[in-house]
Amino acid sequence: MQPTSTPELAGCERLWRELAPQVLGVIARRFRDFTAAEDAVQEALIAAALKWPRQGLPQNPRGWLIQVASRRMTDHLRSEEARRRREGEAASESQTVTPAEIPAIGADDTLTLFYMCCHPSLTPSSAIALTLRALGGLTTAEIAHAFLVPEATMAQRISRAKQSIRASRVPFQLPNGQERAELLRSVLQVLYLIFNEGYTSSVGPNLQRQELSREAIRLARSLHAILSRDAEVAGLLALMLLTDARRGARMTSDGELVPLDKQDRCLWDREEISEGVELLTAALAKASVGPYQLQAAIAALHDEAHRAEDTDWPQILALYELLKLMSDNPMVILNHAIAAAMVHGPGKGLELLRTLDSDERIAGHHRVAAVRAHLLEMAGDPEAALTFYRIAASRTTSTPERNYLMMRAARLGEMLPLRDAPRERG
Amino acid sequence: MKYILMMHVSKEGYGVFGAWTEKDIQANIACVKALNKALTESGEFVSAEGLAFPHQARLVRAGNDGAPITDGVFPESKEYLAGYLVVDVESVERAYAIAARWSAFPGPGGAPLNMAIEVRQVMSGRLEE
Repeated sequence: MQPTSTPELAGCERLWRELAPQVLGVIARRFRDFTAAEDAVQEALIAAALKWPRQGLPQNPRGWLIQVASRRMTDHLRSEEARRRREGEAASESQTVTPAEIPAIGADDTLTLFYMCCHPSLTPSSAIALTLRALGGLTTAEIAHAFLVPEATMAQRISRAKQSIRASRVPFQLPNGQERAELLRSVLQVLYLIFNEGYTSSVGPNLQRQELSREAIRLARSLHAILSRDAEVAGLLALMLLTDARRGARMTSDGELVPLDKQDRCLWDREEISEGVELLTAALAKASVGPYQLQAAIAALHDEAHRAEDTDWPQILALYELLKLMSDNPMVILNHAIAAAMVHGPGKGLELLRTLDSDERIAGHHRVAAVRAHLLEMAGDPEAALTFYRIAASRTTSTPERNYLMMRAARLGEMLPLRDAPRERG
Repeated sequence: MKYILMMHVSKEGYGVFGAWTEKDIQANIACVKALNKALTESGEFVSAEGLAFPHQARLVRAGNDGAPITDGVFPESKEYLAGYLVVDVESVERAYAIAARWSAFPGPGGAPLNMAIEVRQVMSGRLEE
């Protein structure tokens, strides 16, 4: 018996979470039932969480988990069979597969799991939850906590996701080439959503949520380890690292937002930056350039500027122009307008913003008003800037962002001779 | 005993908030954070949410076919729920004390706002003796 200690528990946890997708891959393939396998592995993980820290690690932790999960799986199949017999169903179709050999643990299994959990037929929130549980090895309670919903709600979300996978009859095997490209896009999108869910949350009561970013990076790493030749997978991982590097500087200790040009760049994580740059450089040397690599390249240019005024805006503008060609995302147009303003002056940026006013996808979005306010302030029109800061503040649903915009407006308001209540303009 | 403390703000109040000075806003935010922290430390905090500005608030009713009918028109005098706090406390007096602390948060020039906070007990699933 080994004494329980926190670092040891953390070590155990790292291990079983790393093993979780491998074990699930084996069980799902062996028993040809992803849904039941997922439950069985979750039970095995809980058993590990109870036993390992107290009794020490088993000699072969992966084998241990596979064994426990297989046993759960067999129990489950037996009771299913009994139920069918009770209910007079044909027992001949029972799926009692007795696994003979232990299959090799392949990267294919993990990859299949990624495709399955991020399947485009799932809603983003179900795909996120399922990915965190099946691939991240997080418990339902942990995921619920991170998303600030009751555990029962999250359990139901996961179980419905699994039901819809079962109903769609997606086989547990790697898809073919064409389909695979589409599924991979969806996987990358889900991982990026998980990352942003953690990255955009503030400190304090939401501290737990930051774990989501770390988890997304970990999952992107494991995907990159399997698909090391895919430049967009590398691009996404680089983008996450290059963005996450600024985490320590983007909020004050009490959770207030610090804009990029005001951040203390000494707080940026140099290790993450150099790892991101290295990954990106290698990816860009390959044939195809995609949107994640471009966004990573933009993040790298920000990260490499030692002072805000050293930022290579012409280069960033050029990258946004490329990105605009590749995607029809209005957020890209918005960021492109900022870069254009930094290079050619605020007038140019404001002109580009006007094209968004008729874009229904984003016209009423608080960020358009916020960017317009910044550009108007740059252009020396504080009164108009003040109005748009207030409009932006009234539209955002993020508390730190609202506080930031309010304060920005207040600062301008104090400089103006006449302060009045906000009025809608334009 | 759980109580919900609800802060209501008038349409006018929302407009005026936009004209506070930076220092006023900072002082108010600091008080919100301090209160949540104090309630967490005393073991009384259950949950708290602030609501987005009400300009997109809608009243929704079901039509005869069950489909939603939305109504965005509110009377001028309408007060909006701006945020709420749920606490688990030993007595109603304690809930009132917390509400009073919240009510007195500083506004323009640091003067207490003395906003009205609605305090209501939350139903429990337990049977009453």
